[in-house]
Amino acid sequence: MSDPVRESFPVTRSAKAPAGVAKALTGISGLDELTSGGLPRGRPTLVCGGAGCGKTVLGLEFLVRGATQYGEPGAIFTFEERGDELAANVASFGFDLPGLIEQKKLVVDHILLDRSQVEETGDYNLDGLFIRLAYAIDSIGAKRVLLDTLEVLFAGLANKEILRSELHRLFRWLKDKGVTAVITGERGESSLTRHGLEEYVSDCVILLDLRVHDQISTRRLRVVKYRGARHGTDEYPFLIGDHGISVLPLSSLQLVHEASTERVSSGNAELDRMLGGGYYRGSSILVTGVSGTGKTSVAACLASTCRGGERALYFSFEESPAQLIRNMSSIGMDLASLVQQKLLRIISTRPSGFGLETHLFTIYQAIEEFKPSMVIIDPITDFASLGNRNEIRAMMTRLVDHLKTKHITALLTSVHGAGASADGQLEADAGISSLIDTWIVLHSFEVAGERNRAICVRKSRGTAHSNQVREFVMSDKGLSLITVYRDAGGFVTGSAREAQQRHDAANGGGADNNPVARPSPP
Amino acid sequence: MKNDDQDESRVIALESLSEGETSDEDFWELRLYVAGRTPRAETALANLSRACELYLSGRYKIEVIDLLLNPRLASVDQIVALPTVVRRLPAPIKKLIGDLSVLDRVAVGLELRAREGSS
Repeated sequence: MSDPVRESFPVTRSAKAPAGVAKALTGISGLDELTSGGLPRGRPTLVCGGAGCGKTVLGLEFLVRGATQYGEPGAIFTFEERGDELAANVASFGFDLPGLIEQKKLVVDHILLDRSQVEETGDYNLDGLFIRLAYAIDSIGAKRVLLDTLEVLFAGLANKEILRSELHRLFRWLKDKGVTAVITGERGESSLTRHGLEEYVSDCVILLDLRVHDQISTRRLRVVKYRGARHGTDEYPFLIGDHGISVLPLSSLQLVHEASTERVSSGNAELDRMLGGGYYRGSSILVTGVSGTGKTSVAACLASTCRGGERALYFSFEESPAQLIRNMSSIGMDLASLVQQKLLRIISTRPSGFGLETHLFTIYQAIEEFKPSMVIIDPITDFASLGNRNEIRAMMTRLVDHLKTKHITALLTSVHGAGASADGQLEADAGISSLIDTWIVLHSFEVAGERNRAICVRKSRGTAHSNQVREFVMSDKGLSLITVYRDAGGFVTGSAREAQQRHDAANGGGADNNPVARPSPP
Repeated sequence: MKNDDQDESRVIALESLSEGETSDEDFWELRLYVAGRTPRAETALANLSRACELYLSGRYKIEVIDLLLNPRLASVDQIVALPTVVRRLPAPIKKLIGDLSVLDRVAVGLELRAREGSS
């Protein structure tokens, strides 16, 4: 069912089902987006994956959400776990199976096949199973069905010939019955499922995967097949959290963010001037530099601007909230009172504690809860240990996209090793610098027995930003950006610059007529 | 049920072929589950009756349960394949599925045995 017009002019993704294939919303966060509206209605969907990858949870969530959110009762047939075991397992997600069964929104039938108890002689069929399915489905008018997992039949019955023809009949019967069914299957060595269930289910196949990389496990979901509908074919990370499954699709396949022309202050008037009026609201800002160049100070500077409707969420991966507040108060920033007024929330976690997806998910959740107008992540560098470059880039793309869609100004800091060359730094940031609207680079250099700092705006999309390098001074008064003085030999900074300033002042000159102090280009 | 065999559906079929009360240990209580009185169901019942008569003569009861009429029992008694015979007594419960066409297997599967000393 390919539609050439739709193929060549892809429509913007939405949770609305396109005409053609009727869909049943899963209610599972992210899954409806990547399937453009849910599972094929009235048809079976195969969910396969290895042990412990979340097949049962996905199936159950589809039924529970159907029953609670979409008014579609569901029938659960479990071949492995008893009904009460199942209920206990999913109670932690807030799924109240006994309550839903009581309200006749769900029905659970545990189908037990014990090979040791059962002998076979002669011809038979699976009418007993059909009768049970029909009875349970009809008892509450179920629209959704979960069979978890049919493959137990292969262990329980000796005659595979009969079983295979009966499975064909079963899937035909489910379609005739018009129920939207989820069938789970264990991942096989060389096939999607151990017993080739995919040969019976041709409409929609979803593959779940649990991978462990450097002792950190990540779950991934891929829609292998979806007949007659467009769907994302990538692997999407997903999490089993407190409220069930969350799939994290790339939040936009196209660049459709609105671009704001409103400016927000960086928290420093001089830096605002360098940027031609501050950051754009909803833009993403990257602050890079070797350690000790003041990245956190620039970040905290933005956080310190929150008042009125502005709220900031600060993810600190290297310092605890108390440490950050103390350190910033030493340069005249009072973050503590902002925290008290609930305008600023600082969240500190160890990056190595969780996988990339968990971090991303935690960040999403915190954003959902706190509803900030700006988000600071200090630093993103620590994620580097959690995945390879492509994974980090994919995560950052998701995050930056998500923040842009929500019109949240994002400031990310990134550390470089002290020894990294300028090219090395470029290389390190190449992964994400293209996602970034404004890139501020901090330097530190040693001259005449002093280590001084400098700041420049390497890029700032859509702004008339300064091309100057400024000296960057942190004191108990806060941050100040000082026009770089130049003598015959080059830039002078620190005490040499102070001497030059005094010298200029004595000669009746000043910063204003310093030859380097050109105004920012228009 | 969309089933080719669905040609007949009678009122609940309870056939008791038992005579004489004996101790539980020596009495076979069997249930045959079917879906409609299909030819396969009739074959299974005939095969089962023959086997019982041969081994148990008089020390058994066969109850035929038509799940089309009593679908609830399929779940209660954990029935998946049809026909299924369940040996409810003597313990332990035994299940045998199929049309029971091989007499020896029926005898083994349900542990049918003649009364001691009678053969």
